[in-house]
Amino acid sequence: MSLRGHSPAARASRSALMLVVAVVFAMPLIWMAATSIKPESQAMSQGLSFLPDPVTSAPSQAMENYGAVLDDPTVDFPLYMRNTIVVVALGVFGCVISSVVVAYGLARVPMPGRRPLLVVTVGTMLIPFPVLMAPLFMLYAKLGWIGTFLPLYAQFWLGNAFSIFLLHQFFKSLPKELDEAASIDGCSHWQTFRHIALPLSRNALAVVVLLHFTYMWNDFLAPLVFIVDREKFTLMLGLQLYQSKAGQTPWNLLMAASTMTVLPVLVVFVLTNRLFTRSSLSGAVKG
Amino acid sequence: MSAAGRSRFAGLLWVLPWLIGLCVFFLAPMGLGAYYSMTDYTMLEPPLWVGLDNYASLASDPVFHRAVLNTIVYAAFVIPLSVVLALAIAGLLDVDSRLSRLVRVLVFTPTVVPLVASAMIWLWLFNGDHGLINAVLHMLGLSGPNWLGERGFAMAALVVMALWSIGQPVVIYLAALQDVPRELYEAGQLDGMGPVRRFVHVAMPSIAPAVFFNVIIQTITAWQVFAAPYIMTEGGPDRSTYFYSHYLYDNAFLFQRMGYASAMAWVQLMLIAACILAIYAVTRKLWSTGT
Repeated sequence: MSLRGHSPAARASRSALMLVVAVVFAMPLIWMAATSIKPESQAMSQGLSFLPDPVTSAPSQAMENYGAVLDDPTVDFPLYMRNTIVVVALGVFGCVISSVVVAYGLARVPMPGRRPLLVVTVGTMLIPFPVLMAPLFMLYAKLGWIGTFLPLYAQFWLGNAFSIFLLHQFFKSLPKELDEAASIDGCSHWQTFRHIALPLSRNALAVVVLLHFTYMWNDFLAPLVFIVDREKFTLMLGLQLYQSKAGQTPWNLLMAASTMTVLPVLVVFVLTNRLFTRSSLSGAVKG
Repeated sequence: MSAAGRSRFAGLLWVLPWLIGLCVFFLAPMGLGAYYSMTDYTMLEPPLWVGLDNYASLASDPVFHRAVLNTIVYAAFVIPLSVVLALAIAGLLDVDSRLSRLVRVLVFTPTVVPLVASAMIWLWLFNGDHGLINAVLHMLGLSGPNWLGERGFAMAALVVMALWSIGQPVVIYLAALQDVPRELYEAGQLDGMGPVRRFVHVAMPSIAPAVFFNVIIQTITAWQVFAAPYIMTEGGPDRSTYFYSHYLYDNAFLFQRMGYASAMAWVQLMLIAACILAIYAVTRKLWSTGT
């Protein structure tokens, strides 16, 4: 900030520093993608080139590597991809519809104990999953849920603390006159919610969908703990299995598999990065 | 609907799903955990009441001490380094230009990359024989270690990897910096303050709450670090990267010691609460002596 609008030399050195930061932060992902389209021998050589040699072999080498990952006899990535999509879709859908109703009630409908409930809700966000995982496993075992996808998404149908908190902040920010006018017109809380608040909350809902999608897509520990059958594996479990399976996985193929699991979140992020960064603020500073 | 719908209690119906969710998925597991922590429980036989034995065993379990110490060492590096680095990057990016906006996106990107994929990427970057990091060091005339296979270096590698995903604090600090009134900087400049002093005396008071918030969040995160060491080092070499949550996981799901793991879970909560209180106390002290 000290250099703001100062000499050209100062501005140039600031730009150069920014470029260094950009390269350092982007390099791991670039190197992952670069390795994923090289033949194994070139991936292992000390060279720093980003493309295979000869460069024209890149498309066919990419086909070969990604094809080998998808056709792996022991790690069924297409199945894990389908499993992940099912689990994430069920979890995000349940999370959004329940959280939006709970958040509206918490923000706009009269009830006793609103403040303590909000505090407890935020408090649960501070409880690390490892603290809960052992008793949750026993609970799910008693319910007969081990061996199904239920442990990964069922709880979100009753709401998700972070989503409720974000939506609560949004509904709280709507002007009070809105529901006063609606109540004079004889609208019930439900009608006010359905016809006035919900249509206004489209952006806030998009943020919840994005964040919960990313969270569930990326989650590793919950699937690791609750999923025991290989047929029920998610992509993240599959990727870990692929890396640790007997007879070392070649690096170029491991990077191809990693690229495949990263790509969906990355595409969503690139398309929506403004929403992402803004939401990480609203969730954070206003606590 | 309307009579009941307008009553003082109408909201309870709206939050009912979440009340049930809280009870079933948070309160019940915590209560169950408290009970199991006072039992011997292998999941195969019914739990056997042992009182506070599990907690007593923790006190004399060298592996537990090791895991606590490792986690503290990791946090002691990651948290201060990430505060400094994130503040520096935020300060650097606090200009309105196209390049700055692009770099913000690039710095935030690692935070959306799945931890398992990050682990694979850094496993490859830190590879002793063929990794990019040692290749670059080689070009500079240095010979890099077998990062993940040597004590000390393995911990350092995990710290570096954690610093890759500081996008969240950077974004928060950037927003806080943008709230600092520009006139204050100019006043500081007129008074002959250098950039560093201006940062400490002008910007710091406005961003201190954001730093406090981030340190708390990162403390909680550090106590649950699991995926990266589990995949990249399996806690090694020689348990030098064996962290709290990893040992808890192993007790619960590898050694089938559910009672012991439940005791660890409660101790973990207590340790986190103690850390937060300590940070709070230190911050208040700094605050009162600083002003």
